[in-house]
Amino acid sequence: MQRIGVFVCHCGTNIAGTVDVKEVAAALKNEPGVVFSTDYQYMCSQAGQNMIKDAVKENNLSGIVVCSCSPRMHEATFRKTAASAGINPYMVEIANIREQCSWVHKEMPIGTEKAIILGKAAVAKVNLNAPLTPGESPVTKRALVIGGGIAGIQTALDIADAGFPVDIVETKPTIGGKMSQLDKTFPTLDCAACILTPKMVDVAQNEKIRIFSYSEVTDVKGFVGNFDVTIKRKARYVKEDVCTGCGLCTEKCPQKNIPNEFNLGMDNRHAIYIPFAQAVPKVATIDPQHCTMLKTGKCGVCSKVCTAGAIDYQAKDEFIEEKYGAIVVATGFNPISMDKFDEFAYSQSKDVITSLELERLMNAAGPTGGTLLRPSDGEHPHTIVFVQCVGSRCSACAEKGKEYCSKICCMYTAKHAMLIRDKYPDTEVYVFYIDVRTPGKNFDEFYRRAVEEYGVHYIKGMVGKVSPENGKLKVQASDLIYGKQLHIDADLVVLAAAIEPDKSARPLATMLTASMDTNDFFTEAHPKLRPVESPTAGVFLSGTCQGPKDIPETVSQAGAAASKVIGLLCKDKLMGNPCVAHSDEMMCNGCSTCEKVCPYGAISYVEKEFRMPDRTTKIRRVAVVNEAVCQGCGACTVACMSGAMDLKGFSSKQIMAEVDAICK
Amino acid sequence: MQEIKREILISKAAELLESGVVDRVLGWKAGEFDYDVTPAMFHNADELEKEFVWNDFCGANFSKYLVNETGKSENKVLVFLKPCDTYSFNQLLTEHRFDREKVYAVGVSCNGMLDVNKIKESAESIASISMETDKVMVDTLYDGKITFERKDVLSERCINCKSKKHVAYDELLGEDGDVVDSSRFDEVEKLEKMTPDERFAFWQKELSRCIRCNACRDVCPACTCEKCVFDNPNSGIENKAAANSFEEKMFHIIRAFHVAGRCTDCGECSRVCPQHIPLHLLNRKFIKDIDNFYGEYQAGSEVGSRAPIVNYTTEDLEPGEAVERGDGNA
Repeated sequence: MQRIGVFVCHCGTNIAGTVDVKEVAAALKNEPGVVFSTDYQYMCSQAGQNMIKDAVKENNLSGIVVCSCSPRMHEATFRKTAASAGINPYMVEIANIREQCSWVHKEMPIGTEKAIILGKAAVAKVNLNAPLTPGESPVTKRALVIGGGIAGIQTALDIADAGFPVDIVETKPTIGGKMSQLDKTFPTLDCAACILTPKMVDVAQNEKIRIFSYSEVTDVKGFVGNFDVTIKRKARYVKEDVCTGCGLCTEKCPQKNIPNEFNLGMDNRHAIYIPFAQAVPKVATIDPQHCTMLKTGKCGVCSKVCTAGAIDYQAKDEFIEEKYGAIVVATGFNPISMDKFDEFAYSQSKDVITSLELERLMNAAGPTGGTLLRPSDGEHPHTIVFVQCVGSRCSACAEKGKEYCSKICCMYTAKHAMLIRDKYPDTEVYVFYIDVRTPGKNFDEFYRRAVEEYGVHYIKGMVGKVSPENGKLKVQASDLIYGKQLHIDADLVVLAAAIEPDKSARPLATMLTASMDTNDFFTEAHPKLRPVESPTAGVFLSGTCQGPKDIPETVSQAGAAASKVIGLLCKDKLMGNPCVAHSDEMMCNGCSTCEKVCPYGAISYVEKEFRMPDRTTKIRRVAVVNEAVCQGCGACTVACMSGAMDLKGFSSKQIMAEVDAICK
Repeated sequence: MQEIKREILISKAAELLESGVVDRVLGWKAGEFDYDVTPAMFHNADELEKEFVWNDFCGANFSKYLVNETGKSENKVLVFLKPCDTYSFNQLLTEHRFDREKVYAVGVSCNGMLDVNKIKESAESIASISMETDKVMVDTLYDGKITFERKDVLSERCINCKSKKHVAYDELLGEDGDVVDSSRFDEVEKLEKMTPDERFAFWQKELSRCIRCNACRDVCPACTCEKCVFDNPNSGIENKAAANSFEEKMFHIIRAFHVAGRCTDCGECSRVCPQHIPLHLLNRKFIKDIDNFYGEYQAGSEVGSRAPIVNYTTEDLEPGEAVERGDGNA
């Protein structure tokens, strides 16, 4: 029989405001196994913890129930307390009477009744608890960064700086991400390429960093400290280590009318291409969809002109397997498709563009060499209308857009407006907005400069319709402050398209067993206190995969994620979780279902000899759990049809005892 | 009447015994009446000639017998398998329940087995039954001879036969057929169309006849736990008193969950039920739902296949979608 002590916490008024803690302590005193029961204002405080230690000594306790906040908050605290009082830490159970009780109820009698029931369930469980001892597992001192944008680049550089090897996996032929497509960056207006490309070069030259460009993660197994990752290196038909990046092949390739993704289809590239001049790795890639040689076997021009002999038409996708201790997700974002926003005539007129397209039109390396020209006729636009929040903050039309604020559009639009007015003072610039949101260092000053110094017309109101007419764009909009309809004949309309997580994020989250929100942004372990960690141990978040953010924020989060990774990789051993699966050999019928569902490969089978009741022996196939590898997810225990698998610390009996205590 | 003659099975068995490929034969022998044909083990040609039976009442699925039988000897055992039996055979192999090397499987084509209960509905006190191609002649003690159309007295699982194709065998007697596009889910749909109250009343009526003889569990090829939870004193439920009159029937519901994704729909549970409870309908509902939620899956169609409910692919629908899809046919 256990000797259980119950400790009910007031949590100031957090719990005591809605729960009669004295009554809870009194009621639980009568439960089986309970020999001591008390309440205290702050159980987690030094004084509270000492109270537990003293009670253990005085009452010779073997188990502890703390009725307090969520176990996520203080389970570790009280386990340490128990250990220092000489009790096995796994003899502690938390009854969550704050988040699951006092905070969700308003009336004292209801809150008290529920707190007593939750306490009874915890007592019932402790009665069946057994001391557990965790094992240890080693840490692979190598990190994987998925995504080679500014977030991934910064994270990789910071981890490498601490001396750990890092691999970057990027789906595109080059690293650089969205930032490489930008022209200038707010609020300082330095050129994106000028600040990004040195970092890209640093990555390329860093001995600790390997770049797997044109590659993707196809499988992730294992757990924190010991991930086994399969990376698919897509065939680029050019030998990466041989190509010098001279670019001769890309000039001679006869297939030259392929929309250039880097310039968002506003100009063309060849079937063999280098995305942009500063690409890293600076290696050509053959687009198999358009290459005549790969499609028909007739051409081979690039192979003939390549003096290095780098072309390999026979290349195949390669799969490499590598072990990692930590994984950083930095999969970034994309602007949403404008298909559902036809009121802005995006599909009808070439002169209705997205902000990212405008970045390319204003970039010296863009399709127009940096001169702002209308895509339709190459003329200078004289009237430009910016539409804010296209697809952002769409609560009413959630099917069409996103409910969240994309956060970066207010600032980049101010930047665009300012740059255009600076370069082309004869241009009238209108910005239609719902709100202008500029929290951030030097952000509001920046926006005010656009309005006050550069004379950009900011109009509160939304654009209702854009219709192309006689080479102009008729913009119909409302001015909410003056309460009137506006009609503007524009030459160019720029849509601040909402941003969404990259499509690769969801399948990746599934592979990583990392959680996501309804918008497919990765969820952090705690929104305030653990913003760069995923709830899945060993998986970290960097950049816009976690939520919309600008470059300064992305870079600081990237550094934060790196420091968490470094903290993990510095450890030689990780303390395991003793709540692992265990197979009852007498019940196991060797069906292999558990082995197949185990995501960690922790279960194997052995042929074992058993003595039967009639004194004969029988050889049976039974499951064996490798406790160092098992993560205690419990998948096997529910898949086991014989009931042979059970989870230590969460056995079916313990859970049933809790349910029974609640239902009694 | 079966197309393959008894003599062919006997001569095949005798041949394999003679050549030493197998040392025993799992087959059927006569029971007390013509219709209660019983599984039996034969060891030589004499026994076979004397007692071996192959007729329209050889419904028993031998797959499960192999779990124990293969453990008894190092020699091979010959087993006769009808097409539907081969699915259970594969499913048990998937679950590593017996050693394939110790079995010599002979597939036998089948034109469906009869349900004696359908005969008994219009023929009391059966003295003997004889079979022709399309007719079944029953001699009764008091009412003389009664003749049935074969199709009218076929068992339900054979009317809705899902496959005439053997998915596993070492040797085949007769022609192999095809997987049949059967209408076996029609009855499930009928249940789905009921209101929850009607459905509860239906199952209460059916399951309240249960006498807990455990025949369904004992015959079920998917029920091969070392220790059944209902027999295990450690489970805490083996002697549990029912809290209400219907709770006891949870046995069948728990069993249906237990075999979900592994049940091949062989129909043995309903065949052996002395109370004529249509137990297969519970299992068939699960099969239909699994097909519906995760794409068509036939347990046992190949060795090593994974049931969708213990498998995960990125194409699986989200739980929310499953609930929505389920709404239409809950």
